[in-house]
Amino acid sequence: MSLINLAFKKTKNEKRPALLTYTVAGDNSKKKSLDILISIANYADICEIGFPHNTPIADGGQIQSSAYRALKNGIKIKDVFSIVKDFKKSKQAKPVILMGYYNMIYQYGDNNFINICKKVGVDGLIVVDLPYPENKDFAKKCKKKDISFIQLVSPTTSPNRMKKIIRDSHDMVYYISMLSTTGGKLKVSPKKILERYNKIKNLNRNKNIVIGFGITEKTIASLRKADGLVVGSALCKEISKSIKKRQNPVTNVTNIVKRLRNKIA
Amino acid sequence: MMKLKKKIPLIDQHDKSGFWGGKFGGNFIPETLKKPVEDLTNLFEKLRYDKKFLKQRDYYFKNYIGSPTSFIKLQNLSEHLKGAQIYAKMVSEANGGAHKIYNATVHCLIAKKAGKKYVVGDTGAGYAGKMLSMAAKKFGLKCKIFMGAKDIKRQKPNVDAMKKNGAEVVPVYSGSQTLVDAVSECMRYWVSNCDNTHMCVGSTVGPNIFVKICGWSTAQISRELKIQIQSELKKIPKKVKLINCVGGGSSAYGFWSEFMDYDKKQIELIGVEAGGPKNSKLHAAPLTNGAKLGILHGAAAYVCQNSEGQINDTASISAGLDYPGVSPIHCFLKDTKRARYTSATDEDALNAYKLVTKLEKINPSLEPCHAFAEAINIAPKLSKDTIIIVNSCGDAKKDRDILKARLGKIN
Repeated sequence: MSLINLAFKKTKNEKRPALLTYTVAGDNSKKKSLDILISIANYADICEIGFPHNTPIADGGQIQSSAYRALKNGIKIKDVFSIVKDFKKSKQAKPVILMGYYNMIYQYGDNNFINICKKVGVDGLIVVDLPYPENKDFAKKCKKKDISFIQLVSPTTSPNRMKKIIRDSHDMVYYISMLSTTGGKLKVSPKKILERYNKIKNLNRNKNIVIGFGITEKTIASLRKADGLVVGSALCKEISKSIKKRQNPVTNVTNIVKRLRNKIA
Repeated sequence: MMKLKKKIPLIDQHDKSGFWGGKFGGNFIPETLKKPVEDLTNLFEKLRYDKKFLKQRDYYFKNYIGSPTSFIKLQNLSEHLKGAQIYAKMVSEANGGAHKIYNATVHCLIAKKAGKKYVVGDTGAGYAGKMLSMAAKKFGLKCKIFMGAKDIKRQKPNVDAMKKNGAEVVPVYSGSQTLVDAVSECMRYWVSNCDNTHMCVGSTVGPNIFVKICGWSTAQISRELKIQIQSELKKIPKKVKLINCVGGGSSAYGFWSEFMDYDKKQIELIGVEAGGPKNSKLHAAPLTNGAKLGILHGAAAYVCQNSEGQINDTASISAGLDYPGVSPIHCFLKDTKRARYTSATDEDALNAYKLVTKLEKINPSLEPCHAFAEAINIAPKLSKDTIIIVNSCGDAKKDRDILKARLGKIN
């Protein structure tokens, strides 16, 4: 069983949703981002790691700031891989999902990128601007290497399309809670989000479906019926805040993740 | 091998996945935009064959935009250069002062049909934004324009015009604060508001459908030109060169589309990109400089980028050309060798501006001055029976501050 599936199995046994975190590799330095990951992994079930791009078309201000900071620090894709590798040295069983935009993968070469992902221990990939069905070939290549390609579905995904995406999906599907970039304020009621979520879930109860976008300490408890919940912008925002206040982002971000975890325990 | 098809508009020569030549274009978009893009695609495919809609389009092209724009001979410039005969298609006469009005008008007509109340768009030189704000006002739509903070400063006259038209101008402070960031921010806004908002991409870039709608709109330029050449010169001459600046490439596509099927020995298509400041490494000329294929703003095209796939900073005196990517259609035209691409530096463009405005009673903006620079460069080497036609696709009013700073005085 894949590490991602194992993580969901464990949280289901504990009768709680999985907590997924998203932070940007290299924010605010290579070492700090690794320290943050290792520290929050004590409370998070799955760690999503962003590889920063300077033209992100679906990210809000918080994640953009993180990405620009990382790029300004000179982070390269090889650094992202080495962060994953180092992370896995101390947290072998913790699933890692890399998330980013397709151009960076494309420049690296699909196969090359996937091979290195495999080598350093990446468990899953989310490619924001490679939608279904354009991602079919790429998803197949991932599957061959036992890397989960994570499909995204959104409130605008038609029922027919939803069926096809779920059918072709791997270990996990990411449901975008609302029409928004990352980090937007939750503008749909949790009840409505869960209603839509259940419709997707009913297409195949065996698929792990996580909800992301707009999830913060305030909103997370209301969505705890989901298989998993992703928090990203709130963490990136905390890093920005910590830097501004000259505080240690490792401690501050860890505290948020700890609190998030308590809210869904 | 990649090949152009005859008798099929270039905008329709893509495969099922939206790629021209199997690799340019496509739809690299977030899942949320799949449905709105599909809806827009279906609506546009219906409307473009709808007689009533076409009648409406033609009505506004004629009575609102002022088609046809004139086709004139630049006698003094031709005599001065002592070579090819130089003509200009004065697209800058269009309502608002540039070709961007065609795309803006069509997008607003589509937005009305789609029942959308809001329209958003990106802008670099400010023309796309100004025109969209004009058309939005005309058709009763609320309008938001995304514009890089750097461009807001350097193209103030157009910003003032947008505000006067009732549009909200949203400054974009991320990245290089120019067009590339404005397009990103506009797409991000659309992701969040696609349920009630129509997005207009300001050039033949972006996801497949936006390339098509824009090209379909600007194609009016060459429809007019073909008729004008035939009436002015009796027939299509044996040696013609159609020179156009290329940023995203919307005016160039519109200027060339009716002439695609001609042999390039008879009608040569020359695209002029922004070479940036002389002696600078920065430019906005991905085709000229052999940039690698990459994905930017939802489409695969040649794009100025580093080996990691990060998009490079660009530089050009002309905000309208200051973009790291280019239309997938122009990539296709380059690789099929139907069009030839070159670049002109900031200084070339300024010198062209000086010469053209000294000799002729026209006032081309810095974008078409890049095309004029190439015309001035090649005309003396060409025979007297060669016809050069430059698309003078924008008016220099918006450039008054830059021209004043760089040339001291303006005409």
